[in-house]
Amino acid sequence: MADAAAVDHGHRTGTGLSNNKLLMWVFLGSECLLFGGLISTYLIYRSRYADGPAPGDIFDIPFTSVSSFILLMSSLTMVLSLSALQRGDIRNNRVWLLATALLGSLFIGGQVYEFTTFLREGLGYTTSPFSSAFFTLTGFHGIHVSLGIVMLVSLLIASFRGTLTKERSETVEIVGLYWHFVDVVWIFIFTVIYLVPSPTS
Amino acid sequence: MNTTTQNVEAHEGGHDHPTDAKYIRVAIVLGIVTALEVATYFVNIPGAILIPVLLGMMVFKFFYVAAWFMHLRFDSPMFTKFFVTGLVLATLVYGVLLTVFEFWTKG
Repeated sequence: MADAAAVDHGHRTGTGLSNNKLLMWVFLGSECLLFGGLISTYLIYRSRYADGPAPGDIFDIPFTSVSSFILLMSSLTMVLSLSALQRGDIRNNRVWLLATALLGSLFIGGQVYEFTTFLREGLGYTTSPFSSAFFTLTGFHGIHVSLGIVMLVSLLIASFRGTLTKERSETVEIVGLYWHFVDVVWIFIFTVIYLVPSPTS
Repeated sequence: MNTTTQNVEAHEGGHDHPTDAKYIRVAIVLGIVTALEVATYFVNIPGAILIPVLLGMMVFKFFYVAAWFMHLRFDSPMFTKFFVTGLVLATLVYGVLLTVFEFWTKG
């Protein structure tokens, strides 16, 4: 099956697997270490909110729940976009790519709104060790989502130029892997940072 | 190619990928689990029960997305090995870090 997969994507490799896909998986494995570090740092500092707001006082769980649901559903639209391209359905591939980019943008919009609300309530980046760790973690994730949106828009442009065809569906699959990873990282962040009870002042 | 379920279709070159209907069912399950997670916020549950339940649902969602949307269930085990290696390494390294900083006892 692995050999067949390599043939499908038009090149043979030493492992019998697509090098590009393998590289993305190695990259995602290394990203686990990056986010692991950021999440651990947050956990260590979440009780050190000094004179600023405590996490339990400032988080808006209903709002973040909606954002999380939006990002989760963007994973569905992403995989539907890949599925459409693998069938050779270019039109639906574009529709689902656009939907994924829009849902991702909505998530980022929600994050910007959350950050500005926190700033208005007195939680700046340097207010406390808790705030620095929180903004760094969620900000890094937001940057990842934003880069994903750039990739999705690039795919859309490639599609309209006629270069994104069924034969090149692996490109969408690789961007999809990145997008789903960003989603699973948020699954982790949403539970550990928001839903697990946080310290209150 | 696939003999276990009608939710999977074959693609050229030997890939087995789920059908759109299966993807939608996976998303519905994920949505339901997310709703259950959020519901715990509105119910008064002791921390000793709440935290393991939340972590359990989180792990389920994490691996459910990886298995179905990221196709680890269907792709070469080599991809799973690379991803799990990073995941296990991160868990071990940061588990030690949290222990050193007495996170488990002092929070």
